[in-house]
Amino acid sequence: MADKTTNGSKENDGKESVMNFLDFEQPIAELDAKIRELRYVGDDKEININDEIIRLQKKSKDMISSIFSSLTAWQISQVSRHPARPYTLDYIGRLFSDFDELHGDRNYSDDPAIICGIARFRDQPVAIIGHQKGRDTKERIYRNYGMPRPEGYRKALRIMKLAERFSLPIFTFIDTPGAYPGIGAEERGQSEAISRNLLAMSGLKTPIISTVIGEGGSGGALAIGVSDRLLMLEYSTYSVISPEGCASILWKSADKAEVAAEVMGITAKRLSELGLVDQVVNEPLGGAHRDYAAAATYLESALSGIFDDLCSRSIEQLLTERQTKIRQYGFYNA
Amino acid sequence: MSWFRKLIPSRIKTTTTSKRTVPEGVWSKCDKCNAVLYRAELDRNLEVCPKCSHHMRIRARTRLECFLDPEPRVEIGAGITPVDKLKFRDSKKYKDRLSQAQKKTGEQDALIVMMGQLKDIPLVACAFEFEFMGGSMGSVVGERFVRAVEAAIEHHIPLVCFSASGGARMQEAILSLMQMAKTSAALGLLSERNIPYISVMTDPTMGGVSASLATLGDINLAEPGALIGFAGPRVIEQTVRETLPEGFQRSEFLLEHGDIDMIVDRREMRDRIASLLAKMTHRLEPVTAQ
Repeated sequence: MADKTTNGSKENDGKESVMNFLDFEQPIAELDAKIRELRYVGDDKEININDEIIRLQKKSKDMISSIFSSLTAWQISQVSRHPARPYTLDYIGRLFSDFDELHGDRNYSDDPAIICGIARFRDQPVAIIGHQKGRDTKERIYRNYGMPRPEGYRKALRIMKLAERFSLPIFTFIDTPGAYPGIGAEERGQSEAISRNLLAMSGLKTPIISTVIGEGGSGGALAIGVSDRLLMLEYSTYSVISPEGCASILWKSADKAEVAAEVMGITAKRLSELGLVDQVVNEPLGGAHRDYAAAATYLESALSGIFDDLCSRSIEQLLTERQTKIRQYGFYNA
Repeated sequence: MSWFRKLIPSRIKTTTTSKRTVPEGVWSKCDKCNAVLYRAELDRNLEVCPKCSHHMRIRARTRLECFLDPEPRVEIGAGITPVDKLKFRDSKKYKDRLSQAQKKTGEQDALIVMMGQLKDIPLVACAFEFEFMGGSMGSVVGERFVRAVEAAIEHHIPLVCFSASGGARMQEAILSLMQMAKTSAALGLLSERNIPYISVMTDPTMGGVSASLATLGDINLAEPGALIGFAGPRVIEQTVRETLPEGFQRSEFLLEHGDIDMIVDRREMRDRIASLLAKMTHRLEPVTAQ
């Protein structure tokens, strides 16, 4: 199966390739293994085996729905980083056509941790910006585990400006543990690269729709996340710092990550309650990693509605609404 | 000696009752060169060591006090105070941390905004209070900063911000992340109107503050030797597993790498910023104090 997962763009459909089970998925994994075994045996046309398979499949489905209906914040954060979870390129392949990837920030280098390009969404020309993680070790290193360097944000900014000039609505897909904490990244002005994007996106004269598809990690996520509409997949997370990072700062121990995940409120549901997320997109039963096609279909239908809605507005109206929305972030007494 | 005489106070008095100690806070020590310094002199010198010029941290109000002209001054956003929306609790409740910080600093939150003048140039100036939860940016800091920007826009006067912050306020989680977008968006509106914004990064300016309002100045200044960066040095060291270069993430390092325009000594801050703003707003060159 490892050879099936080299590129991340087309080979993985999520249906049979869930090989990495999270600990709370273990009972499901055992049941699925039993079903597979029975299928092998099933070839010699014994009676009742088909019934047994159907029975077990139903049991597995029930089990998945019961486990996934009551996930803790920490478990959701593990699903959001599931190694089999669909990444930006998986969605690009399913939601867009005629994708042309564009490279480089024109100043220093390209950054494979952020994918940029132009494509068509239901025949309309659009721009796409998204974090990209790798599937296998080699690609993970190449993509720097989805942690952008300043060049990534500057490439994204270049594409945003391009989209603005040619009136292309922008889709961004967020899936990063955070900005890369490296020497070179600091030397080349990581902070400025992020802040510049925040400023530019708040006034960009074209619609921006952001979707958190996996991990929304801190400044690295926000740097492509200032938008007219923010969507979150059901099992994605968005936070100021990873639960581990928060735990090691506030509890001085990364073991408290589970507690930290709970108090930080990193899930789509919690963020939606706080009014920070415009729409939560359902995932297929048991998470997007179990069925890429279904995940993409759900996302496409959510994006389509928002896309049409935003494109029907004038740029002035869009910018006023965006500014008002950003202006209201936060809770305080006054 | 009879028991009676013991009761009568002795006529010989010793002076040991009044202990001869130095009154609290008369002397202070430089964090860097360890020189013992006269407190009053250090105050006069704006918390800069007279021996080695090390810039020690300075309280937000003191900062604005010595930066602005004595008159006129109006504080902006003082009535905006924090709430614990998330009911956040680590080893302590956020609510308790807040009241503790308020008691310790006498401030409601970590940013102070004043409208006033600098050598007769009207402006809005804000300063982070590092003593208040590490100058971390939560909803109140974000809102007060945006009000500072809005005041600058309303009166069409420049904005100066002195940052000293560890970054986002963990206890406000995602809400603090959104303050990065909020403050940056406001600065976008300021920039559109061609109103000057000077950002002064002081020790330390990290994380969410450095990756938003602090690096968006039309002119970015820093005090000497300030720690400025996105990720903390310890995190970077753990990630890359090599020792960091000498002076990494210090003002001088940032100047060399093109991140800031100049390093300004605190004692010359008024002169330099007044001179910069005068040119940017087409005023006569202000008189430099000697």
